Amino acid sequence: MKWGVVRFPGSLDDGDALWALRDALGQEAASLWHKDETLGGAECVVLPGGFSYGDYLRCGAIARFSPIMKSVARFAADGGLVLGICNGFQILCEAHLLPGALTRNRSLAFVCDFVNLRVENAATPFTRAARPGELLRLPIKHGEGRYVAPEDELRQLEERGQILLRYVDESGAATDAANPNGAMRSIAGVANERFNVFGLMPHPEHAVEAALGGVAGRKIFESIAGAAR
Amino acid sequence: MSQAPAALPGEPRVDLAAARSHGLTAAEFAAIERLMGRTPTFTELGVFSVMWSEHCSYKSSRKHLQTLPREGPNVIGGPGENAGAIDVGDGWVAVFKIESHNHPSYVEPYQGAATGVGGILRDIFTMGARPIASMDSLKFGAIDHPRTRYLVNGVVGGIGGYGNCVGVPTVAGELMFDPGYNGNILVNAFALGLARREDLQSARARGVGNPVLYVGSATGRDGIHGASLLASAEFDAGSEAKRPTVQVGDPFTEKLLIEACLEAIKTGAIAAIQDMGAAGLTSSSSEMAGRGGLGVELDLDRVPLREANLSPYEILLSESQERMLIVAEHGREAELAAVFERWDLHAVVIGRITGDGRWRARFKGQVVADIPVAAISDDAPLYDRPAAPPAPLRDSSSPRLTTAISRPDPAAALRALLASPNVASRRWVFRQYDSLVLSNTVAGPGGDAAVLRIKGSRRGLALKVDSNPRACAIDPYLGAVATVCEAARNVACAGARPAAITNCLNYGNPERPEIMWQFVRGVAGLRAAARAFATPVISGNVSFYNETEGRAIPPTPTIAIVGTFADVSLNVKHYFSFPGDAIVLVRTAAPSLAASEYADLFGAADDALTPIDLGRERRLLDGLVECAQRRLIRSAHDVSEGGIAVALAEACFNPAAPAGAEIVPDAIDASVAAWFGEGASSVILSLPAENLKAIHEIFAPLEVRSIGRVTAAPRLKIGRQIDEEVAALMRLYEDALPGRLGRHD
Repeated sequence: MKWGVVRFPGSLDDGDALWALRDALGQEAASLWHKDETLGGAECVVLPGGFSYGDYLRCGAIARFSPIMKSVARFAADGGLVLGICNGFQILCEAHLLPGALTRNRSLAFVCDFVNLRVENAATPFTRAARPGELLRLPIKHGEGRYVAPEDELRQLEERGQILLRYVDESGAATDAANPNGAMRSIAGVANERFNVFGLMPHPEHAVEAALGGVAGRKIFESIAGAAR
Repeated sequence: MSQAPAALPGEPRVDLAAARSHGLTAAEFAAIERLMGRTPTFTELGVFSVMWSEHCSYKSSRKHLQTLPREGPNVIGGPGENAGAIDVGDGWVAVFKIESHNHPSYVEPYQGAATGVGGILRDIFTMGARPIASMDSLKFGAIDHPRTRYLVNGVVGGIGGYGNCVGVPTVAGELMFDPGYNGNILVNAFALGLARREDLQSARARGVGNPVLYVGSATGRDGIHGASLLASAEFDAGSEAKRPTVQVGDPFTEKLLIEACLEAIKTGAIAAIQDMGAAGLTSSSSEMAGRGGLGVELDLDRVPLREANLSPYEILLSESQERMLIVAEHGREAELAAVFERWDLHAVVIGRITGDGRWRARFKGQVVADIPVAAISDDAPLYDRPAAPPAPLRDSSSPRLTTAISRPDPAAALRALLASPNVASRRWVFRQYDSLVLSNTVAGPGGDAAVLRIKGSRRGLALKVDSNPRACAIDPYLGAVATVCEAARNVACAGARPAAITNCLNYGNPERPEIMWQFVRGVAGLRAAARAFATPVISGNVSFYNETEGRAIPPTPTIAIVGTFADVSLNVKHYFSFPGDAIVLVRTAAPSLAASEYADLFGAADDALTPIDLGRERRLLDGLVECAQRRLIRSAHDVSEGGIAVALAEACFNPAAPAGAEIVPDAIDASVAAWFGEGASSVILSLPAENLKAIHEIFAPLEVRSIGRVTAAPRLKIGRQIDEEVAALMRLYEDALPGRLGRHD
């Protein structure tokens, strides 16, 4: 499968995403430059982690106006698969390709740690390689990852199964102590209504090798690769 | 002699008083007039004051630094470049350096620490290496000092704010609280980069007529006299007013600069490159010209400015961040500019290399500075300052208690030590740093040394930064030796062979003989240990004037060591994983309570520091590397603050699930010094029992004691006196800093 990883100025984990896809997962992946409008024939577009444009205004607020984002929006509207990781999730929310918003962590501090995620909906292109309720151990590293949305929106997300990942403890319970940023309803990742756009705060690209962070992140990429086939 | 440039309208008059207010002495001012053959202009005076500052010229330390071993079979490039480099195999070169940002971080903790990270990263990528890891050594005052919490939050926030946004993982570090730093904290920032050997760059200008390119951020008024007035003077009541001399960091621009510079280097159109650090445009241009034995001419009207009306003095001395100076190959400047423009960065030709050996700056068509390059780059004064031990030997910054106040039982002492701010888990700090970006981190913060893989190769690196100011306060020589031993041991515990050293030597005012004595003894200790371990000192930095109102910090040589793995998959963890494994203590000498955390908490008898036999230390390091290479051990953990008892507890803190340990009665002498003493180089190993014989052979003639075994039941039992639940110890260990510095959940 062909992947495209967008590189905005200030993207940081774009190289990691390319490494994970190409070297760990044997996929075909190319870097896409933010000033270009072409997606190079990618079947899945990845918006990587980082601090696009320094995130001095609001995370993702400027990146959404990049030339390439016009193409990404069109691609998504046509049903193309889009994965936003961390800053990429923030950009997708700013671009209204995903509902809700990501605000400063409850602690007001940046947090880098491994967390447990529960797969809430395994019937999507992004999670189909996992079992429903399966726990994935992935790293997070962000200062603004607290997912928020209006109450009625949250209810709809629940009803439609758009919440794909939740922060949970080791036993799989979505406790307050296991919520690393104060996200509403412990939400770690959401999809759009059509389930072709997915954003998550954890970094699956940093969990694809046993010697570095484990292999739980492979589930996300393998789901997408399988979905496209 | 040159014709004196005319004074600019409104410029202050240049005389001895003006020179003094610039931090220059009467003798130095006289030397400047002699070298110039005339009185300098105000702009020239400013240039001399920064270039001749302690911070830029190393005038008090150079004589001693020259005695450090710098050569080795793996060392690449000569001294004088921006950072040192070593060959790490398969065509890869590791470039690394540590540098202080102490004074800025005390005056403005967030920006001071942030720009410390930014500055050291530029020293790495200016060499053509991609920065792949950072570490920080932090020293704060007592944890209950009213200013400490503010400073810790600011410094940690600044390091994270910059490092996280620039995309370089912070993989290890150290943190200490001691009243000796109440008035002068230490922030020492380390960075390491990787380059292909053929891509290494030089900061030596070449090619008369070659254009000089300014790239990166525009120049503003920030940081003027950061090097001369802030870094090269002690603090006093007026230091708050120096806040404007602290620069402001922009990690986003630095990230663009890293990518653009590495891309530009690939074009082959760069003749020389240097970052604009301390003393900005002045130092970068004059140092590059000086190294090449050439001259340089700058047109200040072309320098991109943040605001109109900067004077030539301000343009030349600004320490605005995220700027680089490039000498381009003639005719290829447009090719380079195109790379920077792609990254939306300024790239402007502001001058050219000349053959006349002069450093000349023009402003509005008029020459405003015209100085022999050598006068500012090479002819800075060189001092052989008097050094004398203080009388009595121990000053007030030595360990405060020499008699025991109360001796808790061993279990209570262990619990107290694990919760002590100098022993407790540093998770509160490193959780605020991205330690994963770039996908090289095999072992991140929290262990003995960080371990990085080198992609596309089996090779890897281990790195650690250490210091031991308490031992240095008692004996600055032995303390420095102990510091090198500890850093090397941490790297060797991870299984890597210690390869080279970078150092940051933090001391008080060198004009005082007792401080100079501490420094000279510290350098001697570093020299002896570096020689014994065949770990050359490839880069470093000296930070003097770390004092407030006449009170100096404890002597603090900070040592970072980088080690190499031929096969990084052989790296060794620091914690127990396999129940039934034998636990073995290997040590070079018997420990002592001198300069120990136990003594700090509970007082101690007036112990002497443990003497160090460098031959035995080397045996320990070599043995650890051999154990890793032969896969004989399952874990290795260095014994440091808190002694053997704390090291055993830490080895039980397996992050996946707590392990247990049972130490047989009398395996360790039932004395406070044996359980909680420090100073002796000791490691705790775990290994399958069948490897015991091999371990004894490898480490002979060192003391090797089989002291117990790893248990599945997560309890720590040491003889008859300690029997604690590991989870409970872990809670004490993990909760201590959040409890003192503020919770983040």
